[in-house]
Amino acid sequence: MLKTFSLGGVHPAENKLSAAKATEILPVPAEVVIPISQHIGAPGTPVVKKGDEVKVGQVIAQSSGFVSANIHSPVSGKVFKIDDILDASGYKRQAIIIKTEGDEWMADIDRSDSIRKGITLSAEEIVKRIGEAGIVGLGGATFPAHVKLSPPPGKTCEVLIINGVECEPYLTSDHRLMLEKGEEMLVGVSLLMKALSVDRAIIGIENNKKDAIEHIRRLVSGYNGISVQPLKVQYPQGGEKQLIDACIGRQVPSGKLPIEVGAVVHNVGTAYAVYEAVQKSKPLIERIVTVTGLSVKNPGNFLVRIGTPISALIEAAGGLPEDTGKVIAGGPMMGKALASLDVPVTKGTSGVLIVPEKIAGRGKTEYCIRCSKCVSACPMGLSPYLLMTLAEKEIHDRAEEEKIMDCIECGSCSFTCPSNRPLLDYIRLGKGKVGQIMRSRIK
Amino acid sequence: MYGVVIAMIPALAASVWFFGIGALVVTLTSVLACVLFEHLIQRFILKKPTTITDGSAIVTGILLAFNLPTNIPLALIIIGAAVAIGMGKMSFGGLGQNPFNPALVGRVFLLISYPVQMTSWPKPIDSRFSYLDAETGATPLSIMKEGLITGKPFSEVLAEVPSYLELFLGVMGGSAGEIAGVALVIGLIYMLVKKIITWHIPVAVVGSVLVFTGILHLADSDAYASPMFHMLTGGLLLGAIFMATDYSSSPMATGGMILYGVGIGVITVLIRVWGAYPEGISFAILIMNAFVPLIDKYMKPKHFGEKVAAKKA
Ligand code: SF4
Ligand code: SF4
Repeated sequence: MLKTFSLGGVHPAENKLSAAKATEILPVPAEVVIPISQHIGAPGTPVVKKGDEVKVGQVIAQSSGFVSANIHSPVSGKVFKIDDILDASGYKRQAIIIKTEGDEWMADIDRSDSIRKGITLSAEEIVKRIGEAGIVGLGGATFPAHVKLSPPPGKTCEVLIINGVECEPYLTSDHRLMLEKGEEMLVGVSLLMKALSVDRAIIGIENNKKDAIEHIRRLVSGYNGISVQPLKVQYPQGGEKQLIDACIGRQVPSGKLPIEVGAVVHNVGTAYAVYEAVQKSKPLIERIVTVTGLSVKNPGNFLVRIGTPISALIEAAGGLPEDTGKVIAGGPMMGKALASLDVPVTKGTSGVLIVPEKIAGRGKTEYCIRCSKCVSACPMGLSPYLLMTLAEKEIHDRAEEEKIMDCIECGSCSFTCPSNRPLLDYIRLGKGKVGQIMRSRIK
Repeated sequence: MYGVVIAMIPALAASVWFFGIGALVVTLTSVLACVLFEHLIQRFILKKPTTITDGSAIVTGILLAFNLPTNIPLALIIIGAAVAIGMGKMSFGGLGQNPFNPALVGRVFLLISYPVQMTSWPKPIDSRFSYLDAETGATPLSIMKEGLITGKPFSEVLAEVPSYLELFLGVMGGSAGEIAGVALVIGLIYMLVKKIITWHIPVAVVGSVLVFTGILHLADSDAYASPMFHMLTGGLLLGAIFMATDYSSSPMATGGMILYGVGIGVITVLIRVWGAYPEGISFAILIMNAFVPLIDKYMKPKHFGEKVAAKKA
C-alpha cells in the first residue's frame, strides 16, 4: 500500500523532463570556485594559500567546529587566489579559486568502477571517514552527515530512513542515481546502518518513480534489513519530518530532531557519497545536478565537479533559452533565484531550473480572502495567513506562539494561495527574527 | 469567486423555473446594484482601483437575491444591495475583511425594516408570469410555526405541505434561491469537487440540525417536526451550502469550521422551534459570524508533532 504524510500537502505539476536521461559526465572545468561555506554550520578554514599545488581530493578547507565540514579540491592545479565572491543569493562569501592543471588524484582514492561490498571498518571508523570526506546532506539541506550519525547521549536510533522521494518538481538527480548507482547506494545504506548500529533501514520513494522502486526492490533482496517503501506522490514528502511520518507513522514533536522518535534520515545521494568515501576513499568532490526547464533544449542530469560554474552546466544542456525569465538553484518550490550564472555548483546544488519569462513572474498580490487554503496545505499544521500578518507587523512573540519556527519553508502555502500572497517570503523573514530573539534568550 | 457563481447556476435555474419573471427581475437587479455600489464606493469614497472584477460583488448580488421573495419591489432590492455592500462589506475594508456575510446583512436589514414585503412569498409555478402581483401563499415553515403556536399536531401540518420529494425538488413557497434542495446540493458537489470549499461547514450545519430536531421529534413527534422536514424547508440548505461557507466570515481551521457549523445548526433550530420567526438560519449565521475571531483564536489547526504516541515502527 502507498503511504504518505498526514497533514496538508499540495500537488504541483511534476515536469520531470529529464527522468529518462542517463547521467552525463561533464569535463573538468578550467577553473573552479569553492566557497568555504557550502554546508549548514561553521564555514571551513582554508588550509591552502595562493600558489599552492593541489591534487583532486586534497583537503583545502578544514572543518572548524562540531557542526562543520571539510572541503576538498575537486581538481588538480594551482590555488589562484582566496577571495570574496558573490554567492548564489548575491552575498559576499569567501572562496578558494583553483586553476586546473591536468587531473591528478590523491594516491589513496580508488577510481575504478568495481563495486566493493565488504564492510570491514567499525562504526566509529565509518563515522570518522564520513566526517573526513566532507559529506553533507545532498538533498539540499547540506547538514554535515557525520553529525547526524552521532546521536546525542540518551537517544538511540531504531530505524534509518533513506530519502529517495525527490518531491521537488523537475528534479531527477536522485532518481537517476537510484537507477544507475543503486548497488553502491545500498552499500552506503549498509554503512550508515552500521554507523548507527541499527538493523533496519527504509528507503522511501514516491510512486512516480516506479522504475526506481522496482530496481531497488530487486537489489535489496541481497541486503539484510533494508526495505523499500513506495509513497503516494505528494509535496513536500521529502521534508524530513513528513518522510518519517509517512514511513513509520511517527511525528517528530515541535522543535525536536528526528532522533526523538528514533529515526535518522539521510538522502540517497548522501548514501552514495558515503559509499564512495568509505569504500573508495573518495571525498565529496562531485555530484549529480539536474539542468532543466520547459524551454531548455537538452534537459539532463550531469555529474560535475563541485566548483563548476552554473553557466557551464547550462551550456551542456543546450545553452540559455532566449525566453529565460529566471534561473533557480534547486527546484521550483524551495529553490532560490540565482543572482548570477557565474556562481559555482556547491555540495547542495541538486538542480538548475531555467524558468521561461512568461511563467517566471508572480501574479499580482491581492488581499487575503480568508479562503483557508494555505491552512489546509501546510504540512506542519500552521496558519500561514496569520504568520504572514504577524511577520509583516513584526509581532514576534505571537509568531513564536503560533509556532513560526516549525515552518519547514516548503512553500506549499504560497503555491496554493489564490491571492498570490508571498506567504513564505514573509514567514521566512519572521522566522529569522524570532530565531534571533530565541537565541538571545538562551544566552 | 467565479467558481461560486457557477455553483449557483443550478439554483438560479430552479428559481427561474419556479418563480419565472420575478426571479429574473430580482436577481438581475440585485447583481447590478451590488456591482454598481461596490464600484462607486471603491472609486469615489475609498479612491482605489475598482474591485468588481474579482467577482465577489456578483456572488453577494446573487446571494442577496436568493434570500429575497421574488415579488419584492425594486426599491427594496436596491436598498438591500446598498446595505449589503456598503455596510456589510466595504465599511470593513472590502473583500476578506468583512466579519459578517454581506448578503445576510442586507437581508436581515430588509427583514427588520420591511417585514411585510419580506415575508409574503409567491406560490411556485402559479406565479411564473407575474412579478409584483404574484399570488402569494404560506411557506412550509410558516405553516409549521402556526402549528406550533396553535398546538396542531405535526402530522396535520405535514398533510398541508407538499411531499418530501416535492420539497427537495423545490415545489414550495420561499425566497428565490432557497427552495430547490436538489439544485443547491448539485452546487455543493461542484464546489467540493473544485475544492472551493470543504465539507466541514455544510455537513456540520445540516448534521446538527438533523440531530437536534431528530431528538425533539423522537421525544414528541406530534409537537416537533421531523428532521427531514427541517432539512428540506426554509433556507437551511442555501444557508449551509452558500451563506455559512463565505470565506471572509467563517473560521480557518477545520475544527473551528465544525464548531461554527454546529453553532449555526443549533441556533437555527432554537429560533425555528421557540423563537419569534419561522426561520432562523440568517440570524444563526450572523450570530456565529460574530464568534469567528474568537473561534479562530482558540481553534487552531492540528499542529504537526502532536501525534507522537509512539506507534511501533
Ligand atoms: S512554507 Fe511553512 S507555513 Fe508555508 S506551508 Fe510550508 S511549512 Fe507551512
Ligand atoms: S491561501 Fe491566501 S487568500 Fe487564502 S487564506 Fe491563505 S493567505 Fe488568505
